[in-house]
Amino acid sequence: MKKLLTSARIALRALRVNRTRSALTMLGIIIGVAAVIAMVGVGAGATERIQAQIQSIGSNLIIVLPGSISSNGVRLGSGGVATLTTDDAKAIADECPSVAVTAPTVRGGAQVVYGSNNWATVVQGVTPDYMTLRDYTMMSGQFFTTQDVDASAKLAVLGETVTQNLFGDSDPTGQVVIIKNVPFIVSGVLTPKGQSPTGQDQDDVILLPISTATQKVLGVNKANAKAVGSVMVQATSPEAIDQAIQEMEALLRERHRILPGLEDDFSIRNLTEVFAAQESSAQVMAVLLGAIASVSLIVGGIGIMNIMLVSVTERTREIGLRLAVGAKRRDILSQFLVEAVTLSLAGGIIGILVGVTTSFSISYFAQWSTDIGVMAVAVSFLFSALVGVFFGYYPARTAAFLNPIEALRYE
Amino acid sequence: MAAIISIQNLVKDFRLGEVPLRVLKGISFEIERGEFVAIMGPSGSGKSTLMNILGCLDIPTSGSYTLDGISVGQLESDELADIRSRKIGFVFQQFNLLARTSAVENVELPLLYTDTPAAERRERAQRALLAVGLAGREEHQPGQLSGGQQQRVAIARALVNDPGIILADEPTGALDSRMGLEIMAIFQQLNRVKGITLVVVTHDAEIASYARRTLHFKDGRLQKDERVEYPRNAAADLQAGGSDDGGSAFDTAQARKDPPLREVAHARSAS
Repeated sequence: MKKLLTSARIALRALRVNRTRSALTMLGIIIGVAAVIAMVGVGAGATERIQAQIQSIGSNLIIVLPGSISSNGVRLGSGGVATLTTDDAKAIADECPSVAVTAPTVRGGAQVVYGSNNWATVVQGVTPDYMTLRDYTMMSGQFFTTQDVDASAKLAVLGETVTQNLFGDSDPTGQVVIIKNVPFIVSGVLTPKGQSPTGQDQDDVILLPISTATQKVLGVNKANAKAVGSVMVQATSPEAIDQAIQEMEALLRERHRILPGLEDDFSIRNLTEVFAAQESSAQVMAVLLGAIASVSLIVGGIGIMNIMLVSVTERTREIGLRLAVGAKRRDILSQFLVEAVTLSLAGGIIGILVGVTTSFSISYFAQWSTDIGVMAVAVSFLFSALVGVFFGYYPARTAAFLNPIEALRYE
Repeated sequence: MAAIISIQNLVKDFRLGEVPLRVLKGISFEIERGEFVAIMGPSGSGKSTLMNILGCLDIPTSGSYTLDGISVGQLESDELADIRSRKIGFVFQQFNLLARTSAVENVELPLLYTDTPAAERRERAQRALLAVGLAGREEHQPGQLSGGQQQRVAIARALVNDPGIILADEPTGALDSRMGLEIMAIFQQLNRVKGITLVVVTHDAEIASYARRTLHFKDGRLQKDERVEYPRNAAADLQAGGSDDGGSAFDTAQARKDPPLREVAHARSAS
């Protein structure tokens, strides 16, 4: 340990003596590390943005839609028949162990009026579980309760976009809006979620109790009064999604009395899967960016090796002298190794600073979201040390195994 | 007195292609502790090879070499390094000082490879510089010193480990005659005052005349072993030489009695 400190001191002295050269050698590593951090930051930022969008839909989500039905060889499109009911939703929640929450929804368009303002938006009839399922929070006011649903209360929860268009900046809670000639009291406003992964404005929406929505706004399905547009299902965990799908399929086939060999009259979609593809493409992008940046780090390392070899040749006599006055081979080895590692570590630290600054500049000027991971910083710091050891070893070994007699005579 | 260097039938071969070249052809001699020996011989006589072996930088092909009671014969390179570190000081023709490094740091160099604490290193380096008359020049870099002063820094470096023996390979070869004389004066003083054994390789009979014993080599063999009872006194000759450019002769006895002060004075006046 003490020996190593001495080596470090000798190495630092040698680096100080050749300031310009040390700085230029470090430049390679600085650029390499900075590139890795900035590029990984950009990549991670992109991935994170997609993840946040997926998160905004809600986690572990499965959607069950009423399916096509064929009658006498004529197949109706998806949702063409009202085969899915609120009872199905309740049964799924009660009987499938891998399902945490279900939320039946009905959906339709409507013109909403407040005073002299009006706005066309999406009206959704939901239950309070929908809020949990979609990870909604309230910006102001309150969501309606199960009792409100049972009582078909005329309460509405507004999305941010709707609020902006009808009320401007004032708080709509407690005000009355008219939807299809029916007055509703605004019970609260949702915290904005922004765009969905498919680019839809998730805040341009009005949520009503599902009972009120079917009875007063969207109209009751004539074939089946309990029919719903879709049922959103949340699995208990990401791993339980596949299990939940199987359980629901079996349950619904049983409930709908579908004989073996016939097609389902519903369809189940795993939302997470759809967006996982987008996420993985962003990750591939991030890995590619990181890989390209790593190449520059390796080039920086070769620069260190190059300079160290030149330095060993140039200091042949010095090495001979050190050997003559009692330095052992390992003293020389560690001196040159420490020099290389010092160069690469110092370059690494400066590179991290430059990389972090670059990342921030990119997100500030280009409006790209970047994410500087502690991992990226730690890994590039470690990697720059490794570069020093790896590319410093060969020159250091060359120095340590010089013949002292020839080294002293070297011109 | 016990022999500090004892060499018996020393042979050194170099392999150049197929045929080995015998550079040292069976040499035997002893050097007693406290001797001042000059080694002379024409180029190719094997004196540099002998110096390398004496300095534990190289090992003999056959024969024995005992340094201060240790048989150096076939030691490993790390063990040789350890002996060099503890027992031997080197002075080279080309000084071999580290460029852009202060005198005191240059002198400290051998101590870096021992377990000496930093404060003690600095103190011993300063003492060694004082001994060669360079007190006050600790922070000068080699480029700011004259050739003679650089060689004196190199001598201080050889001294700093308190070695029993100093090996000097053509120490005056790169210096003019007056500076060479200064170096020999320091050597004589170290030999006389500190009892350090000195072995100086030179091709200059003038320089050899300051040693008490001269070993003449020719063609890989020891040809002549010459001893003189009263070698020339370099300090006195330096004063006498000074009279050429008008300086007065200096009492030899006084120069002998108080040389460090004189060296310091000289160093100051030279700056």
